Amino acid sequence: MKNAEAVVEEINERIDNAQQQDGDEYLTFRLANEEYGFDILRVQEIRGWEKVTRIPNSLNYVKGVLNLRGAIVPIMDLRIRFDLPQAEYTPTTVVVVLSVMSVNGTKERIVGVVVDAISDVVNAKTSDIQSTPNFDASIEIEYIQGLATAGDKMLMLVDVDKLLNIEEDVSLLDSEDHEDDD
Amino acid sequence: MSVDLEQFHQVFFEESFEGLDIMETGLMELDLGAANSEDINTIFRAAHSIKGGSGTFGFQGIADFTHVMETLLDEMRDGRRQVTREAVDSLLKSVDILRMMMNCEQDKSDPDTDTIKRQLTELEAILGTSSGGGEVAAETTSSSSTSSGAGWNIVFEPDANMMLTGNDPLRIIRELAELGEIEVNTHQEKLPVFSALEPENCYLSWDIILHGDIAESVIKDVFLWVEDECKLTLTPIVNESAQPVAEEAKSEATQPVKAAATTKAPAGDNKKAANAGSSSIRVSIDKIDDLINMVGELVITQSMLSLLGEDFTMENLEKLQDGLGQLERHTREMQESVMMIRMLPISFSFSRFPRLVRDLSTQMGKKIDLVMSGENTEIDKTLIEKIGDPLVHLVRNSLDHGIEMPADRIAAGKNETGTINLNAYHKGGNIVIEITDDGKGIDPDAVLNKAIEKGLVPPGANLSNQQINELIFQAGFSTAKEITDVSGRGVGMDVVRKNIASLGGAVEIQSEFGKGSTFTIRLPLTLAILDGQTVIVGDEIYIIPLVSIVESIQINSDMINKVAGKGETFKLRDEYIPIVRLSSVFGIENAKAKELEDGLLVVVEADRKPCGLFIDDLLGQQQVVIKSLEQNYHRVDGVSGATILGDGSVALILDIPGLLRMSVKH
Repeated sequence: MKNAEAVVEEINERIDNAQQQDGDEYLTFRLANEEYGFDILRVQEIRGWEKVTRIPNSLNYVKGVLNLRGAIVPIMDLRIRFDLPQAEYTPTTVVVVLSVMSVNGTKERIVGVVVDAISDVVNAKTSDIQSTPNFDASIEIEYIQGLATAGDKMLMLVDVDKLLNIEEDVSLLDSEDHEDDD
Repeated sequence: MSVDLEQFHQVFFEESFEGLDIMETGLMELDLGAANSEDINTIFRAAHSIKGGSGTFGFQGIADFTHVMETLLDEMRDGRRQVTREAVDSLLKSVDILRMMMNCEQDKSDPDTDTIKRQLTELEAILGTSSGGGEVAAETTSSSSTSSGAGWNIVFEPDANMMLTGNDPLRIIRELAELGEIEVNTHQEKLPVFSALEPENCYLSWDIILHGDIAESVIKDVFLWVEDECKLTLTPIVNESAQPVAEEAKSEATQPVKAAATTKAPAGDNKKAANAGSSSIRVSIDKIDDLINMVGELVITQSMLSLLGEDFTMENLEKLQDGLGQLERHTREMQESVMMIRMLPISFSFSRFPRLVRDLSTQMGKKIDLVMSGENTEIDKTLIEKIGDPLVHLVRNSLDHGIEMPADRIAAGKNETGTINLNAYHKGGNIVIEITDDGKGIDPDAVLNKAIEKGLVPPGANLSNQQINELIFQAGFSTAKEITDVSGRGVGMDVVRKNIASLGGAVEIQSEFGKGSTFTIRLPLTLAILDGQTVIVGDEIYIIPLVSIVESIQINSDMINKVAGKGETFKLRDEYIPIVRLSSVFGIENAKAKELEDGLLVVVEADRKPCGLFIDDLLGQQQVVIKSLEQNYHRVDGVSGATILGDGSVALILDIPGLLRMSVKH
């Protein structure tokens, strides 16, 4: 537990540093033994997992809402979002708080995502990023903006805005509701 | 020169709108024939500020228009002209047009130039001495549209000390260069020998030829800041091709008018968007001072507490408790003063009514006095904005349906002039607004017949007068024999009631046939805080707004009935009330109370229909600060917002009407 806190602290520090320099730095995190990365400039902070307030009748991957210094912030589980097997929340489970721009780029929202653990901050030059190959159709590649290499592991770089654009899914939810009515 | 004036536009518009309000109120209060010159002066000053401001910010059209109004007001002020009803009417209309022009400038859309011209002509006609008025109008049109097709010869001779005031001639010339192609010829004759040269003086002057079709006012704007510190001569360049250019200009001038007509509707939408984007509030300095005092005390308490915390021993426990008590008190006081900042007197909403009543009563040939009281009652700014339309509707309703024609009134033994009373006051945690008229009241028979005819009530129903009066809030109900411009389009009282309910308030009617009606609106003081009842279901905590709660009861099995084996109802004082289980509507799995006897029923009311909301237990009552869920997430059915509880966790606030609608679906 102590260790996890120290890691969080160190990474929070590195985020602050990264935000001062320009360059393509990514915060990498683990999800079911796979490595993913968020554009570090989108990361606001990292918090330990804590209990959230459930939202009734919401999308399955929305765990609930959290009080983040007075703002009500929705928390989403990325494992459920990616259709990965669900995991127990452990002390290393963390919430990455991200700023998300709406599709038309006018509104900024704050959203937290639950990931298994955070790993590191890596530097990936634009030239090192490979475009996403066509996977099996079952994997939703539209959320992945590219692939990079971190050490000897493959890193999937997540497009935050596309991934967390809930409006689309919400309208889907609404239309399902209407089908129920009929 | 390159100061960005745009940043001041918002302030200018706000001040000008206030000025317009002052003018409107002032004009309404003018005694015809025997007007007090001080009153006219107030109106004049407001007009003058608008003129000055709009000139500075380059809204030439507004400045010119106001100038004509000002001329008229000036003559009235000096007693050279009688204050006639005609003139006041025309000035009021001009105020409307100014407001429209200002809205257009704000949205950067084109104003309706036809109306403006017509009004200008009307004002000039009143001014009569078309020498005075006509000249101004001519100037108006000339100054805003004078342009010479070919360009301008500009002779610019700055005073020697112009640079001392921070104005750089080079920048001015650069700005001119942005307007069109320029040829600059510098005169260096005044340049002294080097030993005599004062480096801070300007010795140069310029002849500038500016090519292009540029309005004179645009060029003058460039020199706006240095007008008094230089000699400036502007002469249009005339060449042979001037004739066709002028014609071209004319055709161009007509085009925007057409465009304005077609873009009128979107302009309205823009306005809404712009208003939603930025609105500001004026706060009296007293309120701010209070707040600053409070913050000061809070800081002192905080430093005391942190001192105490540095080396805390149990002996200091009492001090700590004292300190915490102080902190709590200061926090609460501060919360109250912050809320006070959002409070504005309701006169902001009432002020439009004298004009409305005056215009409509003239139009309908009725004689009506409007009496307003309690205008200083304070209410949240958001509510003021939102209550405006429902209030207008109710007042129009009283005007149209309530007050009779003068002849009818005399026949009924009443004073020829009808009275509408607008009253506002605080009662408990609510603000109450009453609209009372001494008109004909509601005819219960007519309403009942109409309701039966519309199928709202089964024929032969026996209703009390109060129940009948309530019928007018039903959708699709309108008793007006003929549809008038003022009211009676069938969208009426039901919308009013819905709008007021969406603000967390209620509207009621009392009416006596032949004597008049009273509409009573009850509203919460603010939308930011509400009194809530915390309840628990499973391990989830929810807040029910206290206003929706009628009572909370524990029921036994013999009160419960099932409709068609499914829908649960219970009998409360001869009334069957449907039961809604919060756990099933919200899908809460671990609710403790499975049987209706184990938990509690909170009887809530939405749209006047009672309903029993089944929960595990009540926790307590508290004031909660409403936070938006939509800011970072989206709207959730059955939930109106969220709040943060004492332990920092989030609790959802239930939207009772929405919840009941959902339960019908389930």
